[in-house]
Parts: sequence; C-alpha cells; structure tokens
Amino acid sequence: MGLLDFVKKIEPDKKSKPFLHTLYDGFFTFLYTPDHVTKNGVHIRDGMDLKRTMVMVVIAMQLCYVFGSYNIGHQHFVALGQHVGFIEGFHLKLAYGLMQIIPIFIVTHVVGLGIEFYYAYKKGHGIEEGFLVSGALIPLIMPPDISLWILALAVAFAVWIGKEAFGGTGMNILNVALLARVFIFFAYPTTISGDEVWVAGLAKDADGIWTASYNWFHTGLFNGLFESFGWDTFQNGRAMADGYTAATPLSLAFQGGWENVTSVYSIDQMWWGAIPGSIGESCKPFIIIGAIMLLVTGIGSWRIMLSVVIGAAFTAWLMNMWGATPFMEVPWYYQFYMGSLLFALVFMATDPVTATSTNTGKLIYGFMIGMVGMIVRVLNPAYPEGWMLAILFMNVFAPLIDHYVFEANVRRRSKRTAVVKRVEVKESAAPVSGAH
Amino acid sequence: MFLFLFTTLTFPAFAQTSGDGSSYLEMGLIAVVAILILGAVLQIADSLLRVEAKNLGLDRDNTNFSLFPSYSEIFKPKQPDFVDQQRVVNLNDGFDIQLAGEAKKELRLINPTTFAVSPGDFVGISPIPKVVVEEGSEVKAGDILFFDKKRPEVKYVAPVSGEVIAVNRGEKRAIAEVVILADKEQMSYRTYTAPNLNTTSREDLVGFLLESGVWPMIRQRPYDVVADPLDIPKNIFISTFDSAPLAPDLNFVIMGKEAAFQKGLDVLGKLTMGTVHLGLDARGTMPAPAFTQATGVEKTYFNGPHPSGNVGIQIHHTSPISANERVWILGVQEVVTIGKLFIEGRFDAERVVAITGAELTNPAYVNTYIGANIESLIKENVNNDHVRIVSGDVLSGKVVNASGHLGFYDDQITILEEGDEYEMFGWLLPLAPRPTISNTYPNALFPNYKFTANTNTHGEKRAFVVTGQYEKVLPMDIYPQQLMKAILVNDYERMEGLGIYELSEEDVALCEFVCTSKQPVQQILRRGLDMMREQG
Repeated sequence: MGLLDFVKKIEPDKKSKPFLHTLYDGFFTFLYTPDHVTKNGVHIRDGMDLKRTMVMVVIAMQLCYVFGSYNIGHQHFVALGQHVGFIEGFHLKLAYGLMQIIPIFIVTHVVGLGIEFYYAYKKGHGIEEGFLVSGALIPLIMPPDISLWILALAVAFAVWIGKEAFGGTGMNILNVALLARVFIFFAYPTTISGDEVWVAGLAKDADGIWTASYNWFHTGLFNGLFESFGWDTFQNGRAMADGYTAATPLSLAFQGGWENVTSVYSIDQMWWGAIPGSIGESCKPFIIIGAIMLLVTGIGSWRIMLSVVIGAAFTAWLMNMWGATPFMEVPWYYQFYMGSLLFALVFMATDPVTATSTNTGKLIYGFMIGMVGMIVRVLNPAYPEGWMLAILFMNVFAPLIDHYVFEANVRRRSKRTAVVKRVEVKESAAPVSGAH
Repeated sequence: MFLFLFTTLTFPAFAQTSGDGSSYLEMGLIAVVAILILGAVLQIADSLLRVEAKNLGLDRDNTNFSLFPSYSEIFKPKQPDFVDQQRVVNLNDGFDIQLAGEAKKELRLINPTTFAVSPGDFVGISPIPKVVVEEGSEVKAGDILFFDKKRPEVKYVAPVSGEVIAVNRGEKRAIAEVVILADKEQMSYRTYTAPNLNTTSREDLVGFLLESGVWPMIRQRPYDVVADPLDIPKNIFISTFDSAPLAPDLNFVIMGKEAAFQKGLDVLGKLTMGTVHLGLDARGTMPAPAFTQATGVEKTYFNGPHPSGNVGIQIHHTSPISANERVWILGVQEVVTIGKLFIEGRFDAERVVAITGAELTNPAYVNTYIGANIESLIKENVNNDHVRIVSGDVLSGKVVNASGHLGFYDDQITILEEGDEYEMFGWLLPLAPRPTISNTYPNALFPNYKFTANTNTHGEKRAFVVTGQYEKVLPMDIYPQQLMKAILVNDYERMEGLGIYELSEEDVALCEFVCTSKQPVQQILRRGLDMMREQG
C-alpha cells in the first residue's frame, strides 16, 4: 500500500529523536492498527481495543456538541432580545457558538494532549487514549464564556496532578474532566457560578443592561460573509429588552421553587435544552441518545446509570416528603429536567477507571452519587448543583466500596472451607442422633 | 427504558397532591414500617432455616432450603429432555467464539514417522529431567524415557515403539523433547498383568499406575501439575465435553471405547476417598452413552457457553477447592488409556486428534498416538503458507513448528493465519469481520456466522481500564481483574483469598481474549500459581 510505505518512510529515529518518535507513534497507531501478533496465551484477540472504546464515548456525545454550540449562540441572542425564536438567525447563532466553542476545544486539547505526549515520551511508552474522552468532555462542562487561560490552567492541573502523577491512563483516582471543572470552581468561583456566567459574550453596562461587543471575527469576517448573502449581521450594542435574567433553572428553583422556574422556562424548553447552562448539559433528548448508544454497545455501565437515577429520584422524593424549602418541593421527576444530572450520570459517573470495578460496587456507587448529588443540589445554599462534587466524592470512596465487595468474596470463600470441614468432622463422628 | 419511565411520569396524574401532605406522609410511613417488620420476620425465619440446613450438612448439593425460590429457579432456562431429574448447573457467563474450520466427523488413519515426549508439557517438572535412553536405543511402547529427579517414582514413558533418534535440548541445556522414530510395521508393547481391582490395595494400585507410565496423565488442581502419588485427592473430576473453540467432540472420540472408559473410571474410584465426578454436556444433543451410563461416578450436567466444559469451572460448581485441598483431573482419552492398561495389559497411547482451523482444506479427526509429529498430521491439508500451528485450541494451546510434536495432553491442532499486517483505521472502521464480545460490532446480529480469525492483537497493550469485562466470561464467584492485580503486586494473602487455587490458565483464557487492554492474563495467572506453589 502506497500510503503505508510513505508513512513508514518518514518514521523518525527512536534513539536520536525520542520525542518525535513518540509523536509519530501516536499518530501512526491512530492511522493504522499495528501488526502486533499474539504471543504466549491466547492466539486470537477480541476486535475491541482501548481506542475503539474511547472513541465510542466521544461519538456518543457528538450530538451534545452540535446542540451545545448552537445553544451558546441562541442564548446570547435571546439575552439581547434579538432573534428570539429558536431557529431565527440560525447562521448568526451557529457562527457565534462555533466561535466560542472552537477555542475552548483547541485549548483543552493542546494543553491536555501536550502534557500527555510529554509524559509518554518521558516514560517511553506509547501515547495512551485516556485524554480522548476527557478532552471531549471538558468543553461540554464549561460555561460558554470561560476565559481560555483559566481553562488552560485547569486542564493542566487535571491532567498533571489528577492523572499523570498517579501513573497515567487507567491509574487516576479522580475523574479528569471533573477535576478540571472543580479546579475552576474553587480557584475562580466567579467564572463558573452565579447567574451571569451562563450566557456568552455579554456584560452589564452602567445601567444594568446587557451589552454585547464583538471582535473582528464577528464584525469583519462573518459580517462580510453574511452581508454578501444579504443575511442579518452581528450588531454591537445593548439589549433591546430589559429584564432578561440568564439565571439557570436551578438557581430559580432555589429562590422560589418549581413555580418560579416555570414562570421563566417552560417544561418543553428545559427538556429540549434551549436554556442557559454549561455547554453540553442542556439538551436532554440528545444526552439520552448518547446514553442509549453507550448502553447498547455495553461501554457505559447500565448498573451505574440506573442506580444514579434511582438514588437521585429516591432522595428527591424524600425531599418532597420533607418539603421544608421551596426547592425541596420541586417534584422529584422534574429534578431530572434541571441542571446537569443527566449529563453527569451518563458521561461522568460511568467512567470505568474512577468508578467501582465490581458489579455490586457499581450499584452502591451509583446510588450514593444520586443521593449525595441531590443533597448538595437542594440543601447547599451557595451552589445549587451537586453532581460534580458528588461524583468526585464517590470517586474517592470507590476503592473502599470495592474493598468491601472483595472482602465479602474472600469471606464467602473461607466460610465455605470452614463449613466443609465441619461437615466432614460430623460425618466421621459417631452416628448423628435423629433428634433434630 | 428507565429514561422513558420518568418522561411518562411527568403526566399530571402523577403530580404531587400538595393539600393534606401530613396525613399522606403518616400513612406512607406506617405502611413502610409494616412492610419492614414483615420483611424482617420473614428474613429471620428464612435465615434460621438455612442455618439449620447448613448445620445438618444438607446444603452441599445446592438444594434450596430458603423460603423463597432462588432467582435461577424462577427464570430457569429450558432444559433438554435428557437431563430430566438430574443435577444441572446453568451457567450464564461465558462466550462461544464462532470459528470456521470445525473438524468433520470422519476418522482418518495417519501414521506419522516420529513421536516425541516433551518435559515442557508437564508443569512443575525440573527442566533437565534424568533421561534414561540414549540416541539409538530401541524402546517399546510403555518403556521409560525420563523421570524427574525430584520425584523419581513418576515415570514418563514412550507412547510408541521404535528407535530413539534424538534428545533435543533447548535453552540452558533443558531437555526440549525426546524423539522416537516409530516402528513401521507392528508396534511392540511392554506388557503387564494388571492387579485385580477388587482385591488390590490402594497403595499397590498407585504403584502399578506409576510403574506403567500412565501416572503423568493424572493432573492435580490447584496448579495443573502432575499429581503427587503421596496425596489422596478430595475428589477426581473428568469433564466429558470440551467447549473451547473448534474443540473435538468427545462423543465422537469415545465411540468404541466405552468399556475402556468405564474401566478407567473404576480404577480412579479406588484412588480417592471422595467421588469421581463426571461433567456432562447439557448444551444440545444427548451425550454419548459412555458418559450418560457411566457407573460409580457422580454426574452433573452443565449448560452454558464456553468455558462450561472446562473442568475448573465444573469443580467450582460441584465441590470447590480450598487452600490445602487437592483434587485430581483427567481428560476423557487419558481415562481410556488407563482403562486399556487394565483390560489389555499394555500402555496404549492412542489418541483421536481433531485437526481444525479455517486454513485447512479438509479439517477432520485423525487416529494417532500421543506426541505425534505435526507435519505428517497436516500434510497436504493447509492452503496457506503464512500460518500459525497451535497444539491445542486457539485460547490456551501452544505454538508449535511443523516439525514439532503434539503436546502430551492435547487432542487438537488448530491452524490459523498469522495477522502481522497493518490495518488502516482498523480500530475505528475494521473491514474484515472478527470475533468479539463487544456490541460495537454488529456481530450479535449474525449469531451463526463462522469467523476466520487471525493472530493480530487488534490493538496495543494498555493498563486495566474497562471493568466488569472479565466477570462476563468467567462463570465463577471470582473477581479475576482484582486477582490479576494482586498477582502483579505479589500479594499472597489476597491471591489466596480471591481464589487463585480454583483457577487454571484455560479458565481465564476467555478473559484474556476479551481484554480491551490486551493484558496477558494467562501468563499473569501462571506467575501467581508458580509463586503460590513455591510457597508450598
């Protein structure tokens, strides 16, 4: 094959240019499955490898990317009071969304993959696929307006301290994507919480009115293009309508319960996702499509997904019963419409490295995530969302849960021995009386 | 499904009544408490019953003493008629790899010119055993070839008569194989007068088995080593079906050897204080009468995908091994050889071997002897010159050269294509179909498709990432991945606790096959077993 010969020819020397060789190897194995054959042990291997596993997860979240990009633009224009209908100003919204998400995606991957490549070269092993999924997840869980330098810091922290320090792919204790988010949450809280960060590209002016300002890409590049088609263009300026809140359903619920939420957003709107929030979390049907794909291919654990749903629903139901605050009275099934619960349970909780490894453990792990997450969401006054913290919390506990599952297995085994011995003693003893 | 559930739950009919919430709550609480109390009473009664059953020793054959039917009783899979009233173990975990190249049920007679016995086939034997024959010496079938200096009473003997033409040495002067050029015409046997089973003592019987050279056919679990003549095994296990890919059909192999098989079972019955267990096939058609009508043994039927035919799995579900316990295992053809020793008074190493694999023009069974030369068995039958020859099955067989010989315990040769080729985007968009357990391939839609697999690893080795995968193909109450980790960090206590004694390489072979991270699971397990064995 011509291409293979060419690619083989440009292979850098491993001795003199180790870093280049690592890079080359990474891209080569991406292009071609290597010619490795089995040695001792099995002679045939399953067609599944880690690359395929990881890329399936990435494919499962593509619809969230599509919707997320568009929704960035949509929320932006809704806040300005322009093009309020969902498909009005389609080209503007799409262009605006892509202009926001592409830099986020690039920064995430340059920083994350850079560190990954460096460590692969240092350790002298092939580039591993772990960051494929983390890198795809991180943009989806960021607010659309995140500063790129903060993002870069967070990704570096997550990959460096969260993963490579523990030994690389497969060894990390905490979910890398969530670690990046939690880093921002604690280091730069104002950029990732409150009511004003979930809509991109807006600032309040002195009168407290949303104002948009565009850069050259919008006014120069895209406006030029759109004008040539005779379409609407980006216009710097203030919002036409006053009173747009940009608050997420969760903070509305925290302030005034379900009525307060539905007074701003309709249930359909929350279901379809045309609401402000982190980039990928809002569109429920697309997340569910992703979930179905993970479940059908068997890559995402149905045990974890199911038990998170049960744990969250159960806790929310208990809160309904208690009903001390308006937030507690939000019907338990509507909790699934708000915030990132679905996204977290489909893509974050199911990470096989940081979740429990046993089937029993997975049920406990998922249930606890559901419970803890719902408690944080409803009871924590500072920050009405809990999945990130709940999952990281349970990541830490996952080895402990597994430990007890293994201990139970060990105990079962030693008990079996003890029982057999006792029975043998009885059989060899004098005739057993029939008085039982 | 559950995701649909809560969308339906959003109907107003389900909405919370907010009016008199307190009485609603009270009633709910009372109901919950009542259910809890009732449940607790039932649970205690149930536990007491089971404790009593355990104390009386009644629960050893998996009888359900609980008040409630067990899960498996409610959802009992359909059983074939012939297992009616017998003990059946249904196994759900596992996977049948569908490969092309199954042996046709026709027996061909091939007379290979050379045969060999290789010390490497016996786990735990020292690499340089004492070879008592020289190049050029004449041997009869059953004459001793070599013995292990640590255990000189176990004799390893010639499978055929002829002239010893080579004692090949491998690395560090280890004996690789002792090769015999077989007699062309009549085979000559060393003859014995077998002891009478009804009168002889166990000691004399063991002595006779050692002397006649059939002893190495008895293997011990744990560790899969040749049995120690000083042990009295807890039980003896024989699996009468092989569920591995393309494995020989033992119902076909046993035809005409029913009497010898039964005689072999009788001999084995004298060797254990416990029981001789026979694992029978409940997957499809009725097993051969040699198995179903065997006497003096306890029969258990096993139903499920591979590895249901592995003796290790069957032991686990019949009478599991604990630390310090020893059980012995044999293959069906080995039992026949022992039986023939007592019926005919000679060491008959005859083996029916399945020659299988997609690279063969004519996969079939051949009738030969232990250690037959591979080349002559597959001559003019392979239609590809870039192949790997495996003595055994594709999951746990050994690689051999064409000039090499069949392994001592093997009754199968598999030929498959070497897969040392690059595949463009092979991980994302594979062009050729390949066997897999993953639903990311559409394989589940074609359950009867026979794959032509090659030896490509389909990916590179990685750290353990995916969980729950091994458990899906190992029908045992064992956590294989955790066990592998325990072995990798030399944690003896954990290895023992997690059940390393119950496993052998062939049992975890499927785990290795499905492993997304391409870990050498069998190799790791063998390392762990060797470490445990050295510890004693």
